[in-house]
Amino acid sequence: MSRKPYEKPMLVKHQLGMLNKYGSVPSVEPMLSIDGVAVAELLEKYGSPLFVFSEQSIVDKTEELNEAFKLRYPKTTVAWSYKTNYLDAVCKVFHREGSWAEVVSEFEYDKAIHNGVPGSRIIFNGPLKPADALEKAFRNKSIVNLDNFDELQTAEEVAEKIGEDVSIGIRVNLGTSATPPWGRFGFNLDNGQARDAVRRLLAGGKLSLNGLHCHLGTFIQQPEAYQEQTAKLSHFANWLREEHSIILDYIDVGGGIASCNTLHTQYLPGSQTTPPLSRFAEAVSSGLSELTCQPDDYPTLFLETGRALIDDAGYILTSVIANKRLPDGQRSVVIDAGVNILFTAFWYKHEIVPAQAVSGTPEQAIIHGPLCMNIDVIRPSLLFPPVEVGDKLVIKSVGAYNVTQWMQFITYRPAVVMISTSGDDAIIRRAEDLSTITDMEEVPGWLQD
Amino acid sequence: MQKGLVMTGNIRLQELAVNESGFVFDPHTGLTYTANETARYVIEQLKAGSNIENIVEGVKAEFDADGRDVYRHVLEFIHNLQEQGLSSLEAPGE
Ligand SMILES: Cc1ncc(COP(=O)(O)O)c(C=O)c1O
Repeated sequence: MSRKPYEKPMLVKHQLGMLNKYGSVPSVEPMLSIDGVAVAELLEKYGSPLFVFSEQSIVDKTEELNEAFKLRYPKTTVAWSYKTNYLDAVCKVFHREGSWAEVVSEFEYDKAIHNGVPGSRIIFNGPLKPADALEKAFRNKSIVNLDNFDELQTAEEVAEKIGEDVSIGIRVNLGTSATPPWGRFGFNLDNGQARDAVRRLLAGGKLSLNGLHCHLGTFIQQPEAYQEQTAKLSHFANWLREEHSIILDYIDVGGGIASCNTLHTQYLPGSQTTPPLSRFAEAVSSGLSELTCQPDDYPTLFLETGRALIDDAGYILTSVIANKRLPDGQRSVVIDAGVNILFTAFWYKHEIVPAQAVSGTPEQAIIHGPLCMNIDVIRPSLLFPPVEVGDKLVIKSVGAYNVTQWMQFITYRPAVVMISTSGDDAIIRRAEDLSTITDMEEVPGWLQD
Repeated sequence: MQKGLVMTGNIRLQELAVNESGFVFDPHTGLTYTANETARYVIEQLKAGSNIENIVEGVKAEFDADGRDVYRHVLEFIHNLQEQGLSSLEAPGE
């Protein structure tokens, strides 16, 4: 007699929202390949866990953003936000697709130069720009947005030293009805500080003003916020022209557009709640229609969109290392990818799917990482099919901020691979090993044998 | 005393309605569950008063569970029934 296929015995309570109209539990679709390359093959070749980036996804999203904005405001330029993901290969895809570089430190500035970006296509933001970094940026004719009065003074000193005409932009902050105030960076526009900054700059006579920058915040799901922002920036630009005869080269609206991830506080998935890029483009162009300048004088619109462009391009491939029952009866699935490489697990309900066919009834589970640390939780709760030790999983939409904010903590950071638009795979960052860490260290003479 | 599971006072389990497709209804609470085929088999065996050793042997005979830790799975399943208040069965102890 032939025996039936075995599945671990499972009884799963029906919960509201779990049943569809046929009374069955929704199935989890496995993800067997990424851009045509088998997940199992990638793990075999490069080890587990593994970051994978899809070049095609970056190309598609960049095109979508450019099209959405240029249709409504032709003078649009996208600058890749380095802090969101500054792996060279990733940056090079963005630059090849026409994006400039947006950097917030001297390190990022140097990395953009290293990636072949001409200095005149680098936007230099951030609260720390030491004098020699400013000097480099001014000589390279980069776009520099100043953050505060002290930096304004440093910039004047540097401009005087190099004896060239130097143009700068100022960063401003402002309130909108949809975003919490981000008053930490730049000059406040609502209380008149930004006007004072302009008066002070003109009084100094050493710099000229050529642009405005404003980054509202991050993971913004309300296009209206951008409409209010750009309307306020437009009114300010009108005032600059009328009062001071200043015609701006650019208005930089920063980044902040939400990706399709789902926040822990959200009930509906992000794919349903994040508006399409076209709605943000609509909002920005509507705000910019408040500009009263001559058609030839319309400023360039810079976008510094980060997470919305790269989140979906990134995956973590990971393996199940244990199944556990916790003392309170909860099911725990332990995987080999932890919060040290996926810090966005603290923000998002990352979608996790098996990389092989699954059978069996899904059951509520906690997904734990491999760190000996209580907070190493990748998903506090999700309905997940039965998995066995050694099974492979795919964690989706991890492309933003993880490979820049990851930590070398407890264990090594894994390799990062890119899949090209033609379906080839290649390492873009090697896995760490013991020497990666010990090469940085010194043991003083008195501790050597 | 019989080694293994003790069947006394296990009315809830006896009253669970389990249909062919694995739909489970608890008349005491009105709650519904989905049981997979293995779980259905184990519930039937428990209702019939089998002890854990016999259930494990039965599962191995009915299903292709070679290389799988069936004993651990059945134990975990029984604990799960207890946690859901569906059974007062005791797993074998010292
Ligand atoms: C100045 C600036 N520009 C752009 C970005 C990118 O933001 P996001 O990834 O939310 O689009 C940031 C991120 O905080 C930023 O600080």
